[in-house]
Amino acid sequence: MKAVEVRELVKDYGNFRAINGISFEVNEGEIFGLIGPNGAGKTTALRVVATLLQITSGSVTVFGYELPKEAGEVRKIISYLPEEAGAYKNLTGKEYLNFIAKFFGEGEKSQNIVQRGLEIANLGERINDKVDTYSKGMTRRLLVGRALMVNPRLAILDEPTSGLDVLNAQEVRKIINSSVEAGTAVLLSSHNMLEVELLCHRIALINDGKIVASGTTAELKKEYDAGNIEEAFVKAIK
Amino acid sequence: MIGNIVKKEFKELFTLSTLIPIVVIAIVFASVGQMIGNIGETMEEKPVIGIVDMDGGDFSDIAMAVLTERAELIYDGNDAEEGLEEVRKENGVALLVIPENFSQDIYANHPGEIEIYWIMKGAGMMDSISSGTVEGLIQAVNQGISTKLIQEDSSFDPALVLVPTTRVETTFFKGKEVEGLSASQLGNMLSSQSIAIPIVVMMLIIMAGASVISSMGMEKENKTLETLLTLPVRRSHIVIGKIVGSALVGMIMAGIYMIGFSRYMSSFQISDVNLADFGLALGMQDYLLIGISLFTALLAGLSLCIVLGTFAKNYRSAQALVFPITALAMISMFITMFKDFDTIPAVLRILVFAIPFSHPMMAMRALMMDNYSLVIGGIAYTAVFTVIMIAVAVRIFNSDRLLTGSVQKRVGLGKLVWGFRR
Repeated sequence: MKAVEVRELVKDYGNFRAINGISFEVNEGEIFGLIGPNGAGKTTALRVVATLLQITSGSVTVFGYELPKEAGEVRKIISYLPEEAGAYKNLTGKEYLNFIAKFFGEGEKSQNIVQRGLEIANLGERINDKVDTYSKGMTRRLLVGRALMVNPRLAILDEPTSGLDVLNAQEVRKIINSSVEAGTAVLLSSHNMLEVELLCHRIALINDGKIVASGTTAELKKEYDAGNIEEAFVKAIK
Repeated sequence: MIGNIVKKEFKELFTLSTLIPIVVIAIVFASVGQMIGNIGETMEEKPVIGIVDMDGGDFSDIAMAVLTERAELIYDGNDAEEGLEEVRKENGVALLVIPENFSQDIYANHPGEIEIYWIMKGAGMMDSISSGTVEGLIQAVNQGISTKLIQEDSSFDPALVLVPTTRVETTFFKGKEVEGLSASQLGNMLSSQSIAIPIVVMMLIIMAGASVISSMGMEKENKTLETLLTLPVRRSHIVIGKIVGSALVGMIMAGIYMIGFSRYMSSFQISDVNLADFGLALGMQDYLLIGISLFTALLAGLSLCIVLGTFAKNYRSAQALVFPITALAMISMFITMFKDFDTIPAVLRILVFAIPFSHPMMAMRALMMDNYSLVIGGIAYTAVFTVIMIAVAVRIFNSDRLLTGSVQKRVGLGKLVWGFRR
């Protein structure tokens, strides 16, 4: 079964067409990246799959569940990490993980989820401090921990390393990879072409709301006779 | 340099979204003031009364002369029943009955008795202005009689000269006949017993409303809303959870406020009034109805707040959105304090009924007068209002609006357009 199947997806904001008939699939156990510049439509596509936005036309299914009809079922098996997301500032990191875990289980199940979150976030004693006191990198690690602690069947990650320094970004990428090894499919967006080569099994290049090319990074580099994905992207949109 | 900063601050703070609520509220207040009427004009108007003079003596002649000059007489006969009917029909304030032997009693060094039958229309502060004017007439009658007593003979008891009449009063109000109280006394009693509730309701709505609107603003500012909306929880549960949580915070905050306020109010309390003596005491079921009315009004207010909160872009804009709720709560409080529901113009009555917070403010006074239909009707209306508002909120939570509102257009869509142009 496909983790995600998007067919001819169109999303309009009033008169503005943010996504113009894109189609792609994400396989189980795969990291699939939507790659493109700011304003290309990556976040909108991710928000549609994450059940946050309505579909103008086309179809989206997540592990066979159709959107928007079965949005409730989809929310049980996905985890979404928005770009520049925050956490509740008056809670400690641990309280925040507890709050989220309770939506996915009670008692021991909830405690196991929190334990996984603590391990992924790896914030040591600082997990007991209020989120308000965290640095950007710490908050992002907490949020990645929150997103992956529930062992989602599909993790939707919008610019997962956005704003992080090299060390924190590398740590987050390791966490994502280990989560995929545990069986999670990942749909992510990024405009960091280097990160994409390191992380994604397959990618789709998106520009002006349309997918201009898709495949593995190796395939795309070969197709556009490019030394790297950035070069392939530039050639693809010309 | 300073001018540049002032210009920037002004531009940032003086926006259409901050201006519109102020203008709307100013218009509403002006309209309410216009509709309620002018206190000065009401006081200058001659009170409409009826007189039954069964004495025909020297002192009743003085009374008649004063009353004829200073009041609009709509009945001047000998039948009290007929007079009362006429006063009621002509929307008058009171019927004054001067009994037989009125003058004779005064000449015998006994105060003359005047029977006053008050037709009370409302229990608001402004509703008692007309009866206050009649009280002034009685003073003028006393003054006239005192003058004659001093001129005629100095052997009268000084106490009689100072106060030559006594009153026997009966007030008719909303089907009840309250003996021994004037309309002003009854109005003051009803107001003093029920004044705390409008203030509690106003504080509760403002405190809890601010909490729920701010919560929405903070969710957007801290970017936690998107995460919340993708969790496996029904949108209706998110809405209800926010309402209940905010209601608890509001109740705690209003409770703390009211502890201080009740201490402040108690310093003005002259004596305890036993409402049961006048057949106005409330029973358990009445208090239960007041509680239900308060609870449904709070839910209605908060459900309205959560709908308003969806328009909040951030914490700061959320503060501005609290203003309409504050204004509505204050309008309800002032109208119900100053006027009785039955004595305000029809348009204002519709406005008061439509504002859900008004109902608990009016409930206590209405129940004292056995007006169950207003209270139960109010509860039913606020319950329906709450359900509709929650449905609207859930619908907004299920739509794109929450994320693609103006803030998203500016950040998300603006970014998209900017990227598109690049």
